[in-house]
Amino acid sequence: MDALVTLRAVTKTYRQGEVDVPALRGVDLDIAAGEFVCLSGPSGSGKTTLLNLIGGLDTPSGGHIQVAGRDLARLSPGERAELRLRHIGFVFQAYNLIPVLSAQENVELVMELQGVGAAERHARARAILAEVGLAGLEGRRPAALSGGQQQRVAVARAIVSAPDLVLADEPTANLDSENGRRLLEIMRRLNGERGVTFVISTHDPEVMAFARRLIRLHDGRIQADERRDGPP
Amino acid sequence: MGRAGLLLRLAWRNLWRNARRTVILLLAVTLGVAAMVFAAAFSRGMVVAMVDDAIDHLPGHVQIHAPGYRDDPAAEHRFPYPQGRLRAVLDGPLVAAWAARVRVPVVVASEYDTAGVTLLGVEPRREAALAYLGRASVDGRPLADANDAGLLIGRRLAERLDTVRGRRVVITAQGADGALADRGFRVVGLFRSPWSSEEKGIALTGLATAQRLLRLPGEVNEVAVRAADPERLEALVAALRAAAPELEVADWRTLSPLTHAGQQLYSQFTWVWYLVVFLGMAFGLVNTLLMAVLERTREFGLFLALGMRPRWILGQVWFEALLVLVLGLAAGNGLALALARALGEVDVSAFAAGAELAGLAQRIPLIIHGGDLALANGLVLALGLAAALYPAWRAARLAPVRALRRN
Repeated sequence: MDALVTLRAVTKTYRQGEVDVPALRGVDLDIAAGEFVCLSGPSGSGKTTLLNLIGGLDTPSGGHIQVAGRDLARLSPGERAELRLRHIGFVFQAYNLIPVLSAQENVELVMELQGVGAAERHARARAILAEVGLAGLEGRRPAALSGGQQQRVAVARAIVSAPDLVLADEPTANLDSENGRRLLEIMRRLNGERGVTFVISTHDPEVMAFARRLIRLHDGRIQADERRDGPP
Repeated sequence: MGRAGLLLRLAWRNLWRNARRTVILLLAVTLGVAAMVFAAAFSRGMVVAMVDDAIDHLPGHVQIHAPGYRDDPAAEHRFPYPQGRLRAVLDGPLVAAWAARVRVPVVVASEYDTAGVTLLGVEPRREAALAYLGRASVDGRPLADANDAGLLIGRRLAERLDTVRGRRVVITAQGADGALADRGFRVVGLFRSPWSSEEKGIALTGLATAQRLLRLPGEVNEVAVRAADPERLEALVAALRAAAPELEVADWRTLSPLTHAGQQLYSQFTWVWYLVVFLGMAFGLVNTLLMAVLERTREFGLFLALGMRPRWILGQVWFEALLVLVLGLAAGNGLALALARALGEVDVSAFAAGAELAGLAQRIPLIIHGGDLALANGLVLALGLAAALYPAWRAARLAPVRALRRN
């Protein structure tokens, strides 16, 4: 199977004052379409940096990254934005939604940027919000939603346009256990039913338990890459 | 609408996230635009009134003289009363009114004093359509016709000569033949003028009477012409020059360079005023947008992460500036128009002496001109959007990962 994401000898070093701080120290990784991958490791191990590099939000200090067949180093900021728009969905730990847009408008945002027509946008947004259990809350703005509801809106937005890849950075970190489990169920279903590839960074053992591939990072290196047959 | 509709919607809602700040900014733009439009209306009114006043007292948009008269306004520099081709142009469609005059420096003496003044020999009917003095309020009787032998003098000249209506004065002048000419005149009326120089320095009698005194049979020193369309002054001057190539034809800009310079000065003042007001407005606009961009840095990072291109981020901030400017322009224009309509004109008669010195009328009409409105609005919109480019560019060039880290 062709890899959806390929990293070769990827390094990333941040400069803090006079000091160079390495975040990734030569990562080689292939992620195939349809995988459900968890990145785990202690704080500072490079999980978020790796997600940001795969999503083209940051540029590596060394090495090469390919996503959906495109070499990120060869793309301009505008082209990287276009790649994210067409192929990648993001879920962040918090502050995921645009505060001046309603839940439905937040979900429609990516489709609107893609140029999807209004009728189709409305229908798909309402359907996906119903799917994540938010029917009836479409008109609410983020401030009127709970943390769990906001994260589900963010997931709905990340998957509504059927991206090839969803990158989620600690998506359950700010949720209680019930909302966290509910969110994971949604992701697993999307992965199983729609073949959406998930790459999730987490500390949460429950999330790791869902993964079919668990990659452990330590000090900017892949310490372990474990594949499983399926979640329990 | 598509993406532009989305960006416009985002811009509109973002504006009202901090309603107080937006209202203050809108007020600043509104007052700035109103000040610009009102100042333009005042300035244009001032220029129009100044030029109208000059045309009324000069008088005329154009004057015709014999060569040498403007350097030495003596009776000998004369030409025949208009006839033939010149008369055809004067009676044609380019001309609203004209009057032929004898105009020479004379000495007027009463029993008590003498004064050097300008004697005007006029045709009262033609003069009334052309010049202020033809319509001036007169204590006594106005001149009846070109043969009237009475003398009209200004109220202040009468005070200086210590004479009154009904008394006689003597006018002494140099005739067209170079010999001295003098004659007694009865003062039949005292006129008033807003220009003190006219009240002190002009005496009027009938044209034929002046011609007889100065030995100018059938001749005049000056033809003053009011244009039918002041915008077509060049065409009128060209037609008059073609009809009377032996005479000097000059328009008011040449005859009254001070008025022309004043006209240009006030136009430039308007530009300076525009610039000052705009700089204040632009400072507020850019500052506010920069603050809004700073506050929403993380949000812009999120937009970039979701696939919004940097140029759309730029568009989003730019639309915010556009909305503020359009709303401010609408309110500012409305305020200025309402104010101009309510006031109609500004009375500066309290500063009459200064106004006369500056060549200004005492009542300044407020004239809203389409061109001035378009200029003020176009300037604010174009320069405002140009000023907004900096904060918009700052937002667009944010690195997504750094923006997302910002709290």
